[in-house]
Amino acid sequence: MSLRPPRGISKASTVTGASILAQCVFLAASPALAAGNAPVPNPGDTAWLLTSSALVLMMSIPGLALFYGGLVRAKNMASILTQVFTIVALVGVLWTLYGYSLAFGDGGSLNAYIGGLGKAFLRGVGPDATAPTFTPGHVIPELAYFVFQMTFAMITPALIIGAFAERMKFSAVFVFITAWVTLIYFPIAHWVWAVADPNVIVDAATELAAAATDEAKKLSQDKIDAATSSVGWIAGGLAPWMKGVGALDFAGGTVVHINAGIAGLVGALIVGKRIGYGKEALPPHSLTMSMIGASLLWVGWFGFNAGSNLEANGTTALAFVNTMVATAGAALSWLLVEWAVKGKPSLLGLISGAVAGLVAVTPASGYAGPIGSLALGFIVSPICLFFVSKVKNTLGYDDALDVFGVHCVGGITGALATGILVNPALGGVGITDYSNIGENFAGKYELIPQMIAQGTAVGATLLYSGIGSAILYKVVDLTIGLRPAPDQEREGLDITDHGERAYNL
Amino acid sequence: MKIVTAIIKPFKLDEVRDALTAIGVHGLTVTEVKGYGRQKGHTEIYRGAEYAVSFLPKLKIEVAVTSELVDKTIDTITATARTGQIGDGKIFVAPIERAVRIRTGEKDEDAL
Repeated sequence: MSLRPPRGISKASTVTGASILAQCVFLAASPALAAGNAPVPNPGDTAWLLTSSALVLMMSIPGLALFYGGLVRAKNMASILTQVFTIVALVGVLWTLYGYSLAFGDGGSLNAYIGGLGKAFLRGVGPDATAPTFTPGHVIPELAYFVFQMTFAMITPALIIGAFAERMKFSAVFVFITAWVTLIYFPIAHWVWAVADPNVIVDAATELAAAATDEAKKLSQDKIDAATSSVGWIAGGLAPWMKGVGALDFAGGTVVHINAGIAGLVGALIVGKRIGYGKEALPPHSLTMSMIGASLLWVGWFGFNAGSNLEANGTTALAFVNTMVATAGAALSWLLVEWAVKGKPSLLGLISGAVAGLVAVTPASGYAGPIGSLALGFIVSPICLFFVSKVKNTLGYDDALDVFGVHCVGGITGALATGILVNPALGGVGITDYSNIGENFAGKYELIPQMIAQGTAVGATLLYSGIGSAILYKVVDLTIGLRPAPDQEREGLDITDHGERAYNL
Repeated sequence: MKIVTAIIKPFKLDEVRDALTAIGVHGLTVTEVKGYGRQKGHTEIYRGAEYAVSFLPKLKIEVAVTSELVDKTIDTITATARTGQIGDGKIFVAPIERAVRIRTGEKDEDAL
């Protein structure tokens, strides 16, 4: 969802006189550039974005709910299913009331950090409102953008609960998640995904090219500067050391996975280990459910990644293919490594690898090439396996469903790899600079500044979400308490929190 | 009257039942149980967490028979439930003081 090359335009090296000519024709025909003639949404783009929104909803319910639910003991199954479904409903309400506005509204002087309340209660977001995409001259219905982004806000906090599964009171989860999406998720989504409207930049750059006087040139340049700086600080590279190079996160490696992963780890540490952890057997109660859930996650993830292109075009197909091949590679890689190290190829390993691959390719999906994505898939699984088996057991924290080991570690791997794999020399699509209309919007890729930007996004998310979440957990613990009584925990949260069982066999 | 309790491997149930029916046993009770003996357990690994599963699933069958039929019952179960591998199970025999068929009120051997 951050800057990426527009349709049909990729590398500077492909620019020829003919393509510049073609580009000029394209620009002249582009509705955004004709004064007073606003672009209208493309039906294909709109249909794809709405389909993607439904796919991402399916990732949460039932995908994630079943994937997580199968991994806990049968006495906590209904608890997991209820928590995930509740979070989906709760965030759906909050997003509509003020979440969308805080994440994607205009924050005025604070716009680098948070959107304002201008779009609270969906003010001004009617059926005719439009939102920009990544291609100059293209827009989508803002309501489609609103609901697509809503599904991301729903799944991210739902990911967290896996870390403290089987031992946090439902009331505590409810209050914590309400505070967490408001104070952690909405701002970080704004930092990373509040990007400039390419139409504004291209219009100003066109004016600049045509400007005859120095004064007119300065006026146009000011418009470009204003548009490129009125963005989230990570998206625009506004920190002094980033020197204007924004971090790349196509579909949410930092915003969704690192963010949820670190919040989960902090939660697991603060709430403490499950009773019996390390002493009793706490095996998954249904790998069948987990396999169904992981499969639904894979299918839904096409909406997550390919949908993040906001349009239906070649880059959408690229993100789709990257999502497919990285996941296949990662599933296979986990299976083979575990087979070699532990002696048996396991189903849980296979599906864990698939999820790790999906996580890792998320930030890279619209930037990397398919072969780069395949390599990323093969690399991420051994890294995550090392964390969930060796690091977790050595340090002794009880991240029940490995939210940190898979989502945070996989997310960091993907976020850093994105900075490398975007390189056109490695089959990536390169960087976009919308003010460079003479050269097909080609930006300049440089490894070191790009990795500084990626590292900043990772570090900022870890710090803000880690520290912020710790404060929120503590506040909830001191007010209503995080943990059920030991007897209640032993009996299972299905009965003690919800008064029902997942299974009455 | 004796009650013969046998712990057997679950997949042997049908074979045992057929053989017992053939020698004139008219009913038995089956329960799914877990336990360990010389077979001990096995290990399961979930994402690197190893669990020793020390209680293995078995079936417990209970057959109430007349004293004359006890030896034949034991022999039949032993013959049909045996695989020769460790973990084939055990048979216990205990006396029955009284027996009643609930529907008719018949007593002792008539009730079996």
